[in-house]
Amino acid sequence: MAGITLDSLTKSYGPTEVLHHIGADIEDGEFVVIVGPSGCGKSTLLRMIAGLESITSGEVFIGDKMVNGLEPADRDIAMVFQNYALYPHMTVRQNMAYGLKIRKMPKAEIDRRVQEAAEILEIAQYLDRKPRQLSGGQRQRVAMGRAIVRDPQVFLFDEPLSNLDAKLRVQMRLEIRKLQKRLGVTSIFVTHDQVEAMTLGDRLMVLNGGYVEQFGTPIELYERPASVFVAGFIGSPAMNFFRATADGLSVTLPNGAVVPTAQSARGGVICGLRPEHLVRDPSGPIEMEVELLEHLGGVTLLHGPLQGTDQQMVISLEGISEVQIGDRLRFSLPPELVHLFDAQTDRRIG
Amino acid sequence: MLKRVHFPASLLPYLLVAPQVIITLIFFIWPASQAVYQSFLIEDAFGFSTEFVWFENFEYLLQDDHYRDSFGRTIFFSAAVAFLSMSFALILAGFADRVIRGSTTYRTLLIWPYAVAPVLAGALFLFMFNPTIGIFPYLLEMVGYDWNHYLNGSQAMFLVIIAAAWKQVAYNFLFYLAAMQSIPRSIIEAAAIDGAGPIRRFATIIFPLISPTTFFLLVINAVYAFFETFGIIHAVTQGGPANSTTTLVYKVYNDGFIGLDLGGSAAQSVILMFLVIVMTVIQFRFIEKRVQY
Repeated sequence: MAGITLDSLTKSYGPTEVLHHIGADIEDGEFVVIVGPSGCGKSTLLRMIAGLESITSGEVFIGDKMVNGLEPADRDIAMVFQNYALYPHMTVRQNMAYGLKIRKMPKAEIDRRVQEAAEILEIAQYLDRKPRQLSGGQRQRVAMGRAIVRDPQVFLFDEPLSNLDAKLRVQMRLEIRKLQKRLGVTSIFVTHDQVEAMTLGDRLMVLNGGYVEQFGTPIELYERPASVFVAGFIGSPAMNFFRATADGLSVTLPNGAVVPTAQSARGGVICGLRPEHLVRDPSGPIEMEVELLEHLGGVTLLHGPLQGTDQQMVISLEGISEVQIGDRLRFSLPPELVHLFDAQTDRRIG
Repeated sequence: MLKRVHFPASLLPYLLVAPQVIITLIFFIWPASQAVYQSFLIEDAFGFSTEFVWFENFEYLLQDDHYRDSFGRTIFFSAAVAFLSMSFALILAGFADRVIRGSTTYRTLLIWPYAVAPVLAGALFLFMFNPTIGIFPYLLEMVGYDWNHYLNGSQAMFLVIIAAAWKQVAYNFLFYLAAMQSIPRSIIEAAAIDGAGPIRRFATIIFPLISPTTFFLLVINAVYAFFETFGIIHAVTQGGPANSTTTLVYKVYNDGFIGLDLGGSAAQSVILMFLVIVMTVIQFRFIEKRVQY
């Protein structure tokens, strides 16, 4: 078992730098999720750790060993690919045994490990089938099985759930989480899905445009997002943002509404309000006209413009709300739940 | 109940397929039927009279040692050409698949030999291997090897094999490269992470995955070596020395147009025709189904 250290990792394609000095310490046994929109460089970062992509500058350590110059095979890692990358001409058993055979493991030991992994993943009855005879979820398990029989120091997951249907995705997500906890193998998981990221990761690395926006636990990211990007990316529905003017312990929204804050600031700021933090309050400062309702059962989403502006906002109310379209409602929220960001740098204030 | 859709009868569809049908009739069906008819005839040495003899030409062929030798030679020739050109193409494609810089130039250059006409390919090798003025005999002589394919049958066979194989490498290369590039990158990467080096990956992953292409090319190359190498043989050795490079197709020409045994020649071409039909059936049967993995 081993932790992973990334030291100022940079990747350039010609003159274009796509990853900028990524640094992180991942502890032994930790489950880290790299999350970000398409094209943010998250897969490239994972592939650099795997050794499938060259490193322009910086260093990758697995355990205490610098692995920059090592072939993927020598890094003691296992990777699960988005399209599973199973060998189509081999049976499930052969797929799982391939890496062990190459390492010249005794046959009895290979059989034992394959059998054990197959039982953990509940694919023992499919061992003699070819990948094309399996469903997406089963293929996914085989890909996982191929990774765990190797007993590597690190698991790398490259969006392994994105080809599954929604229900299966939730189920596999839980299974991956359970499996990782059980095996205690340091894991890095790449996804663009923030729910997946929040539920899986011990810690999340939010990447945007090749920069690390924030690296922290899911709760830290939710409660104290370091930038406008993270604030908008984590949480569903997304946070509402307003350009506002801060004046000590309050901010003035574009329509003149004054919202009290816990954080003192001055001048131009971006004020972020989470839809689920706003509560009905007849004397609240924030007024909205409901244009659209979404009844999701557990919650009701209210869409409409902030009164006096044409800026759309979303508010999430618990349960099935009796609110009607066209209603004008007032909301408030506790000052400590108002997020403030610097209008120039987009970084969090306080 | 679905009603069948009826289109009004029209001449247009017939007109559209007519050119292809006419070409097939004139250049394939009619000559083929002539050959079948001809194979039942024996003509006297001066061309004054012909006699209808049913299968006598075939009977004679099957007892003819020259013909049987030629059959064996053709099979050897085809196998050698197919093996040589396919293995070279495979190696080249394996490398081209890994090349990153200048890959377009590399590929384009590799495809050029396919555009060379068979006779010219033959002429090229004829010059290179000419015992008097060729560069290769000159080089071989330096290491003490005496090259003269005008006298040595094995050398002549070797020469037509490499000339024929060289021309086909380009074609095989294209198919192999396309097949290799259609293998998902991630499978190769997964194998790399599993610890397989380039050679092992090639042997255990890439080669099995392109087996449908290998089978397809095997049939194509066999057909090529059987039927399309006439030009090369004619230019390089004219079937000699002492018939050592006379393949079945070359023998059809030689017996018919040089020996003027039209009936015997026609009988040979009818046999070849059946061979083509058999190969085509094999091709359709197996290629359409593909080699399953």
